[in-house]
Amino acid sequence: MTKKNWPLWEVFVRSKNGLEHRHFGSLHAADEEMALENARDVYTRRSEGVSIWVVESKNITASNPENNGELFEPAQDKVYRHPTFYDLPDEVKHM
Amino acid sequence: MSEEQKNMEAERSLSLEAQFEARIARDEKIEPKDWMPEKYRKTHIRQMSQHAHSEIVGMLPEGNWITRAPSLRRKVALLAKVQDEAGHGLYLYSACETLGITRDELYEQLHTGKAKYSSIFNYPTVTWADMGAIGWLVDGAAIINQVPLCNTSYGPYARAMIRVCKEESFHQRQGFEIMIKLAGGSPEQKEMAQDALNRWWWPSLMMLGPTDAESVHTEQSMKWKLKRKSNDDLRQQFIDQTVPQAELIGLTIPDADLKWNEERGSYDFGDINWDEFWQVVKGHGPCNKERMNARVGAWEGGEWVRDAAMAYAEKKESRKNKKVV
Amino acid sequence: MNTNLYKYILGIADNSLILGQRMGALTGHGPSLETDIACTNISLDLFGQVRSYYQYAAKIKGDNTTEDDIAFLRKEREYLNVLLVEQPDTHFGFTIARQFLFDTYHFLFLEELEKSHDITLSAIAKKSIKEVSYHRRFSSDWVKRLGDGTAVSHEKIQEAINVLWTYTDELFHQTEADKVMVKENIGVDVTTLKDQYYTNVETILNEATLEVPESKWFQKGGKEGIHTEHLGYLLSDLQYMQRTYPNMEW
Repeated sequence: MTKKNWPLWEVFVRSKNGLEHRHFGSLHAADEEMALENARDVYTRRSEGVSIWVVESKNITASNPENNGELFEPAQDKVYRHPTFYDLPDEVKHM
Repeated sequence: MSEEQKNMEAERSLSLEAQFEARIARDEKIEPKDWMPEKYRKTHIRQMSQHAHSEIVGMLPEGNWITRAPSLRRKVALLAKVQDEAGHGLYLYSACETLGITRDELYEQLHTGKAKYSSIFNYPTVTWADMGAIGWLVDGAAIINQVPLCNTSYGPYARAMIRVCKEESFHQRQGFEIMIKLAGGSPEQKEMAQDALNRWWWPSLMMLGPTDAESVHTEQSMKWKLKRKSNDDLRQQFIDQTVPQAELIGLTIPDADLKWNEERGSYDFGDINWDEFWQVVKGHGPCNKERMNARVGAWEGGEWVRDAAMAYAEKKESRKNKKVV
Repeated sequence: MNTNLYKYILGIADNSLILGQRMGALTGHGPSLETDIACTNISLDLFGQVRSYYQYAAKIKGDNTTEDDIAFLRKEREYLNVLLVEQPDTHFGFTIARQFLFDTYHFLFLEELEKSHDITLSAIAKKSIKEVSYHRRFSSDWVKRLGDGTAVSHEKIQEAINVLWTYTDELFHQTEADKVMVKENIGVDVTTLKDQYYTNVETILNEATLEVPESKWFQKGGKEGIHTEHLGYLLSDLQYMQRTYPNMEW
């Protein structure tokens, strides 16, 4: 039998209600309950959180930086998506 | 060709590696899946794992006094501090794992002596005052080393270091407070504090690494922002900030040659016994064997526990799948 | 001084002190970094409880008594913890079994203590119960992992449960101080917790595919200050500094 080690999990923590879960780091655990408990013990020792998500690292699909050109650069010249693209008379102070 | 086109041409002709170096020079961060030179990957695995190992082995000399801490207040502070070191080791191992090596492999390197850890943890903690001296001096020296790393080029390392530095802010205070209390206590307590300073001072200076002349990795590390200042500069900074603290609490730095140099605006100090440093690095310090035995013992002794958790998880998973079918 | 109340508080607090000391000693030696950190958290919770109880006890005792006087300067016969919590960490199975057998009791106990007419004790119980609820989850989960894990782990945790079983009955013995405190609506009548305790323990042991020990031979004495031989060594570490350097501040 090949040796099976505790898999790697990614930990996301909501610091307080109203904020989104943010990636805090990773850890090892045998199953999801243990991953949650470990996340609580490792990443919220100083009251950093009110909610935790854990997901096994292998289940994350990530974009490949080699495709960054086609993925992200086409958005760069779409300046009309930003409010500063539009001209307004100075008299209009807030819009 | 316009000036701009020419520049683009030139950029294209740069090799991947040069582009990589240019990104770092522009203060861009490197992330795990980005292309990186093999040497960058290897150097980072080495440095980050060394750092992680130091945290984990560093738990042992202080862990040695948890059961004997002199008051409940000191006991909880020490427990929390040693626990933080486990946490920091964990953050750093995780950062290291983003480079495609597992924690088990890193442990293997530590346990077989292939990987190094900070040699200062090979000195014994013989009195309670050593808890003060370690927090004050060893953590003090570590912070000097670590703060610049919050801005290092490898993203996961920088993020781990930001968390580490934030949490460590209480560690040095914890140690210095112990020293203040001892230095201001009974003659016996003061003597205990002075004795600890005597024993930990020189190893703390050595901890900042060999002199620049002897240091092998410095230039490359500077470029990759794994290092922002040379070992000798860091050492000087440490001495200059620590000497007044010792004076403040009435302890004497054990160095007859220590003298303020008005011209340099720094302290001159005596010769460091580098033979001792290399002896400890090479595995012949007072506690090298004990430290390794403790780490290997915990890992091997815990194998059946880790295996059980894994087997249980698999059983649970297969039971769940059966139900679904 | 209200001697009964004082003794009653020590009877509760000493359990947390001794168990916290045992758990704390493992820091740096756990089977994985994550487990190590979790065990230290339990130890820190317990010491936090200890300090609340002892600070209250110190006030009752007066004479400038401090929490540290109570923690470090009693003689072996004056520690009132149950025998269970002082048992050694022969291996991780013992650590978990000891924790589990105590947590299960501790939770039931605190649920009742929260109703105490003594507002300080009630407040401490209210705060502690959240911590202990987590301890119980942690230790129960580990009993299941070890029990229903591998053949090796099954055998080891069963061994630990069998060895420690003999110390469970003492949890439900009433001391004289207990009886007085129950009458005054301050203390918990531990005899009423017994059935629920064994039911809860058996539920987890069953889930963990472990056998419930059949032995009806039980040890007692801790609550009266008569301990197993293990406690003396634990205390010599615990008290080392205060005994070697008396009357100093740290």
